[in-house]
Amino acid sequence: MTRRAIFDNKLLPYLLLAPQLAITIAFFFWPAGQAIYQSVIRQDPFGLLTRLVWLENFRNVLGGPFYLQSLRTTLLFSGAVILVAMTAGLLLAVTVDRQARGAGVYTMLLMWPYAVAPAVAASLWLFIFHPAIGILGRNLRAVGIHWDYLLDGRDAMILVILAAAWSRVSYNFIFFLAGLQSIPRSVLEAASIDGADSRRRFWKIVFPLLSPTTFFLLVVNVTYSFFDTFGVIHSLTKGGPGKATETLIYKVYVDGVVNLDLGGSAAQSVILLLAVIALTALQFRYIERRVHY
Amino acid sequence: MGKRLLAGLVAVFLLTAGTMLVTPNAAGQAQRVRVEFWHAFRGALGEVLEKTVADFNASQGRYQVNPIFKGSYPETMVAAIAAFRAGRAPHIVQMFEVGTATMMAAKGAIKPVHEMMREAGVSFDPSIYLPAVRGYYSTAEGRMVAMPFNSSTPVLWWNKDAFRRAGLNPDNPPKTWPEVRAAAQRIRAANAAPCGFTTAWPTWVQFENFSAIHDVPFASKANGFEGMDAELQVNSPLHVRHLAMMADMIKEGSFKYGGRDAAGDALFPSGECAIITASSALRARVVREAKFAWAATYLPYYDDAKGAPKNSIIGGAALWVMTAPQRPVEEYRAVAEFFRFISAPQASARWHIDTGYVPITFTGMQVAETAGYYRQNPGTDIGIKSLTRTIPTRNSKGLRLGNLPEIRVIIEEEMEKAFQGQQTAKQALDSAVRRGNAVLRRFQQQYAGQ
Repeated sequence: MTRRAIFDNKLLPYLLLAPQLAITIAFFFWPAGQAIYQSVIRQDPFGLLTRLVWLENFRNVLGGPFYLQSLRTTLLFSGAVILVAMTAGLLLAVTVDRQARGAGVYTMLLMWPYAVAPAVAASLWLFIFHPAIGILGRNLRAVGIHWDYLLDGRDAMILVILAAAWSRVSYNFIFFLAGLQSIPRSVLEAASIDGADSRRRFWKIVFPLLSPTTFFLLVVNVTYSFFDTFGVIHSLTKGGPGKATETLIYKVYVDGVVNLDLGGSAAQSVILLLAVIALTALQFRYIERRVHY
Repeated sequence: MGKRLLAGLVAVFLLTAGTMLVTPNAAGQAQRVRVEFWHAFRGALGEVLEKTVADFNASQGRYQVNPIFKGSYPETMVAAIAAFRAGRAPHIVQMFEVGTATMMAAKGAIKPVHEMMREAGVSFDPSIYLPAVRGYYSTAEGRMVAMPFNSSTPVLWWNKDAFRRAGLNPDNPPKTWPEVRAAAQRIRAANAAPCGFTTAWPTWVQFENFSAIHDVPFASKANGFEGMDAELQVNSPLHVRHLAMMADMIKEGSFKYGGRDAAGDALFPSGECAIITASSALRARVVREAKFAWAATYLPYYDDAKGAPKNSIIGGAALWVMTAPQRPVEEYRAVAEFFRFISAPQASARWHIDTGYVPITFTGMQVAETAGYYRQNPGTDIGIKSLTRTIPTRNSKGLRLGNLPEIRVIIEEEMEKAFQGQQTAKQALDSAVRRGNAVLRRFQQQYAGQ
């Protein structure tokens, strides 16, 4: 009896792919096509009057002073969130990995924040840091630190970065921990015998062997900080004060849903779409090469 | 293959959706004409609204109004717009006052109330509605396009206990802005409260109503009533002076900025701030939460400004009638009957007393007065008094500006930057005018060639 790994039926592969394709078409290609169409027209919110304006929406978006500012805000915000969330995750993972007793308990406790929805997390941070009703916010002011994220753009930025990073630490922690535990003990023991101290062992052995995990987390965290932090910003600052915490994604929402500028909002979506494609290509082409599997 | 699967999925979805729509109402009411009413009220207000609707449904046997909660005001607006684009607009939608120009410009999407009432043959007398309320939702020719529903207006609330502690007369609230500042300074100096003064709804109170009270234009073309080519005029010397004074108050610590929209509300009932300029509809919350003696009075003004004070303008929401392809006349008649029901004296008074919003009609106000409501609850009529303080002028009729929500945020952003000391009051308002005008031009262009 011969075993063959190919199907005789010509239809079956398509049938098996169909659900995934249907979902991709319905939830990705179709809306993306709509966004591209919407980005070249000018329309009133009710869709009563439509006029083709080609690239005027893009010109307005890119020509305005606020898009570039929003891009800078996004880069600062995302960079800080990724740095804080990944460093904290790694630090906690290394600490738990060394812990012989109660590691399970720590792991469980450290996983909990991941289960907290972004809007709920933001409310918790609000109750801590609100300058008038927050526990810490009041005390900061009491000791003479002028903390007011409602009016001070820098304070607002710090707050949304902390809140966004906090929700992500758990996720990074658990992946780093799994990565650490899959590093063979024999390699580490060999290094110890050769006389490497713990710091050297970490940088020369653990960190390079963790690189697939780190790379994976970097990709996931970039996506998170760019696209999944809407809830935190919406609940805490609504993009303010001024436009201090208005990231690109938040601006798409504000312009489309609040300001009902559908064309401008769609143009921004298309720009983001292109940026994501470029970023993903870059990431896999250049960074992945340096990763040891 | 994919197509067949998709078709199958769609069929299942349609069946489910169809069943869900039919089941709850299938029994008993099949002969009633049903209309949908999308609203933005949750909690206590939502209960009062649903009760009003239930009273209407019980009052007659032909029509049935189904209230459906759709989220916040902007969410309700977006939901109604999306439904209209899909050809399934609700019959009635509750829309906040800043959406008025957007709705009014969408000529094919809405049915003006005056027109609907005439076609339905339901008697309709616009003069029973308070002028400040009616004017906001009427065309330049005075025809009502939306049905006023929940209206409030900003007033000044003060904490009598804090005034007493600061050595101020608790029964003599500040009437002018210099008096507000002096009182707030005094309160801080005596440490009678952690904060002297704050404001909710910064743009609505400090710019929209400020302009109306001082009889200065917020925008040209009678605040946009007379054309879409209106331009903002909030950088006048009086506006600049007011913003500069507020920035000074922040610097000296007598004014604490509470945030955008209703965020500042929380600072008054908690006892944090001794004076607040906020909506008259804040009353319900103050009654429930404040553990001190308080009262409300007119918004302050500058007494050296000519013509001040005039009537204030409204905030809140109105009911709009939306169109859909092949919507039967009978359904518009149902809406017309519902509108007549809520405008009746008893219903209008009930709504006013239960919610704290001003009554939309004079007759409703009279019912509340005859019942002794204002005597037993002093201060509940301050909203009405403020709205009817004078006959509305070109500058105090209301605002008719496209994308007003966006303009409100722009003004708040520029104001916040001025409060942080990043720019002067003059720079802030010049910038707000420039950015706001760009928004108005975009709106105008959307409707160009109509």
